[in-house]
Amino acid sequence: MRVVTLRINGDEREIAVRDHWTLLEALRYELGLTGSKQGCDKGDCGACTVLVDGEPTLACVTLAVLAEGREITTIEGLAPRHRASGGEGADPLQEAFDRCGALQCGFCQPGTLLSARALLDRTPRPDREAIRAALAGNLCRCTGYTQILEAIELAAGEAAGVEVPTPEWMADLRRAEGTSRP
Amino acid sequence: MSARDVHGVEPPWGDAFSVIGKPHRKVDGLAKATGQALYADDLSLPGMLHAKTLRSPHAHARIVSIDTSRAAALDGVHAVITGADLPTPYGVIPWTQDEHALALERVRFIGDEVAAVAAVDEETAEAALERIDVVYEPLHAFLDPHEAAERGEPAIHPERKKGNVSKHVELEFGNVEEALAEAEFVVEGDYFYHGTTHAPIEPHCALARYTADGLLTLWSSTQITHYVHRTLSAVLGLSPTRIRVVQPCLGGAFGGKSDPFSFELCAAKLAMITGRPVKLLWTREEVFYAHRGRHPMHMHYRAGADSDGRLRGVDARILIDGGAYSSFGLVTTYYSGQLLTGPYDFPAYRFDSTRVFTNKPPCGPKRGHGSVQPRFAFEVQLDELAQKVGLDPIEIRRGNFQGSDTSTVNGQRITSSGFAECLDAVEHASDWKARHGALPFGRGLGVAGSMYITGTNYPVYPNEMPQAGVQLKVDRSGLVTCFTGGNDIGQGSNSVVAYLVAEELGMDHRDVRVVAADTDLCPVDLGAYSSRVTFMVGNAAIDAARKLRRAIVGAVAEAWEVELERVRMIGGTVLDLGDAERALTTAEAFQLAEARLDTLGSTGSYNTPTLGGDYRGGTIGASPAYSFTAHVVEVAVDEETGRISVNDAWIAHDCGRALNPMLVAGQMEGSAYMGMAEALLEHHEVNRFGLHAGPSLLDYRIPTAVDTPELHALIVESLDPEGPYGAKEAGEGPLHPAIPAISNAVWDAVGIRLRHLPFTPAKVLAALSERTPRAAGSEV
Ligand code: FES
Ligand code: FES
Repeated sequence: MRVVTLRINGDEREIAVRDHWTLLEALRYELGLTGSKQGCDKGDCGACTVLVDGEPTLACVTLAVLAEGREITTIEGLAPRHRASGGEGADPLQEAFDRCGALQCGFCQPGTLLSARALLDRTPRPDREAIRAALAGNLCRCTGYTQILEAIELAAGEAAGVEVPTPEWMADLRRAEGTSRP
Repeated sequence: MSARDVHGVEPPWGDAFSVIGKPHRKVDGLAKATGQALYADDLSLPGMLHAKTLRSPHAHARIVSIDTSRAAALDGVHAVITGADLPTPYGVIPWTQDEHALALERVRFIGDEVAAVAAVDEETAEAALERIDVVYEPLHAFLDPHEAAERGEPAIHPERKKGNVSKHVELEFGNVEEALAEAEFVVEGDYFYHGTTHAPIEPHCALARYTADGLLTLWSSTQITHYVHRTLSAVLGLSPTRIRVVQPCLGGAFGGKSDPFSFELCAAKLAMITGRPVKLLWTREEVFYAHRGRHPMHMHYRAGADSDGRLRGVDARILIDGGAYSSFGLVTTYYSGQLLTGPYDFPAYRFDSTRVFTNKPPCGPKRGHGSVQPRFAFEVQLDELAQKVGLDPIEIRRGNFQGSDTSTVNGQRITSSGFAECLDAVEHASDWKARHGALPFGRGLGVAGSMYITGTNYPVYPNEMPQAGVQLKVDRSGLVTCFTGGNDIGQGSNSVVAYLVAEELGMDHRDVRVVAADTDLCPVDLGAYSSRVTFMVGNAAIDAARKLRRAIVGAVAEAWEVELERVRMIGGTVLDLGDAERALTTAEAFQLAEARLDTLGSTGSYNTPTLGGDYRGGTIGASPAYSFTAHVVEVAVDEETGRISVNDAWIAHDCGRALNPMLVAGQMEGSAYMGMAEALLEHHEVNRFGLHAGPSLLDYRIPTAVDTPELHALIVESLDPEGPYGAKEAGEGPLHPAIPAISNAVWDAVGIRLRHLPFTPAKVLAALSERTPRAAGSEV
């Protein structure tokens, strides 16, 4: 057991953790931040991805004690961060995931969203290949990734103020009438 | 309501839909995007204990003795249970209940559950497992289904008295031998499906609470709350009135959370013994052992056609490797034959399917239950037939299309069918005519088609009650709460219910709240399996909403002293068509109706019509509607490495009506991805001791964003006469053609026929080396 001070989503939190506890255990079981998910607990799925000093990091294979002194952002911190910088509602990426249908079961998405956020923070207009590469550590079993890619492209495009192509099913003439993105 | 009074495919008001058919957000989208959505493992209760399960290290063994005393004596351990504590057998199919929460006297695969411990934390529970002393007497383990089919001793389920055969079905329609003898061309071949698993990203988890007043509540990551409710009651010996089952947000299922499971029963039992809440969360490794994934199948097919490519007859012999338990296996065995009889017509058909037990993780229902494997075999064989006849692969499919409003050779009723449009759509989008057979060596296009059920016509336990029920409650604020037993497992069924109710009541769908999958609060629905929820819960929701609408419209018409026909609920208001000045908001109308009538609410239900062939098993495979799909995929085959890459997949799916096209496209893309993964990457297998070959998400290779091709979803709408506004299913059908389309594309690319899954580089290289130069294809 030792006492660590973690900076999470802008808050200083002092907690006692066992030496072998992972950051994921500290988040989920000590701090009540259950938004970070555990899909495998061994570094294979990416559901537990958080940002540590802005870098996507697997919380299930990071010791809690080693996160001390670092800036940690979890999925719960994205919307407040967006509002703190003058925005409204959730982070535009979160909104875009919802608007594009990317959230099926949603279990992979906290991790996927944080990987995507880190990508856009670094590269505001990534191409599809770069997006795929940035998500390579986040397994999604529901979506086939397409709507996730579309959501990231939408958020990036709107942030840059450029037109983003609509998905094929929407462009399909038979349903084009009156159909636009939510 | 029953399907006999049909809701119709028209909008309820005027000639356009206001909610339906548009890409609305989901009711729970932002909760999921922000991390606020609560899944089973996100829940905890004061004083909660943690449970762990001891599993068998033997593939097949008799349990000589279990001694739990050392475990029970460990500090922090609150209860230890074994099979003796939960001796009642169970299983999802009432006729094949061969499972126990914990093994009684025999373990049947490596990973079979033997004992469970509740302790103050997971570490203590794990330490206690180490101190449970079990003496096993190993038995011969069956790992090869052929051996299990031939040899009945030692029987894996001695009480079944049929050797190691789990189920055998043989059915013939028309005269197959005659038809094949008369056919101009006959193709015969062996095909093999290898076995894959669901691998939802959320591991299974349950939290149980047993309160002093004798009420048990179980929060579980299940896709069928109702069957868990029934099973808990039967195995725990508790009245179902003392049990509440709740499904929190669910992190993916795909069929893998359909069976009632040991973890649910053990968590409940341990909570009852200790009087404290108990959580049991599986590790990823345990999810692989529990499996219930797609059955390996050894398939022999013969198909014959006339000189113009018209199918004359199809003959199938299938050996199904069931693993250690029955699960849904009775249905799987029927489905392996019953679901092949569309979208093509053939006048003669026979299948002979045998499911055997083996000492491996039990198989069960995975997305496209029972029919993905035969579909793979048949659609590859159909391409071989096209080649023999000298027809374009799309043409042979078009030529054999059975049409709509017809019935199949095995007596199933087909209503709407947009299969021809599906073929047109993929042919056009892939530029098939210009490119098939014309791409440079190493690149190719392949096509395949399929049909799937929209719900099973009969529930797994026979009863006369509705398949789906919905209850609506009205609030004076203008809010409508919709209670449904349906399980939203990520497919978006709660959202679909909200859209339908909003459409009927002319409201904003965000003013419809959905409370689902809670047995205390919601009317029964049979759950999220066999692609039934949109169709059945959707119809029940429309039924309930129409009753409510009649009450409200009636009250308003009476207050206004006008004819009923003049009152319309539309766009968040209630209008008088005869007086443009007169209107109420929805909330005002609710208040008016409540004042005049009573506390407002309504119920609605859906039940299936009488369907199915008039023979034993003729009802299995019967569905109120069928969905249809066609795929074209483009592959590149690397001659040096043997690696197949899929570059593009065009998926055209007839979903009846796309209630929300964005969600339909998501189902199509997710299905196609999963099918592609089964063909190229995934393999659920055990080693020669029966030990799982790699129970992790690293070893079991599910595709990443980099591995997944460009997926093009092309929605086809055939407007089914009995679906909610014409909707059918979209979640399972679109998976089927993915696998054969890849095999067929590989033929186009390099001239080899891949008939054994998965299509690994080694198999491709072997086939390429045997291939006689260019033209003629060798066989794998
Ligand atoms: S839970 Fe951390 S990678 Fe899977
Ligand atoms: S949305 Fe379910 S795993 Fe990604």
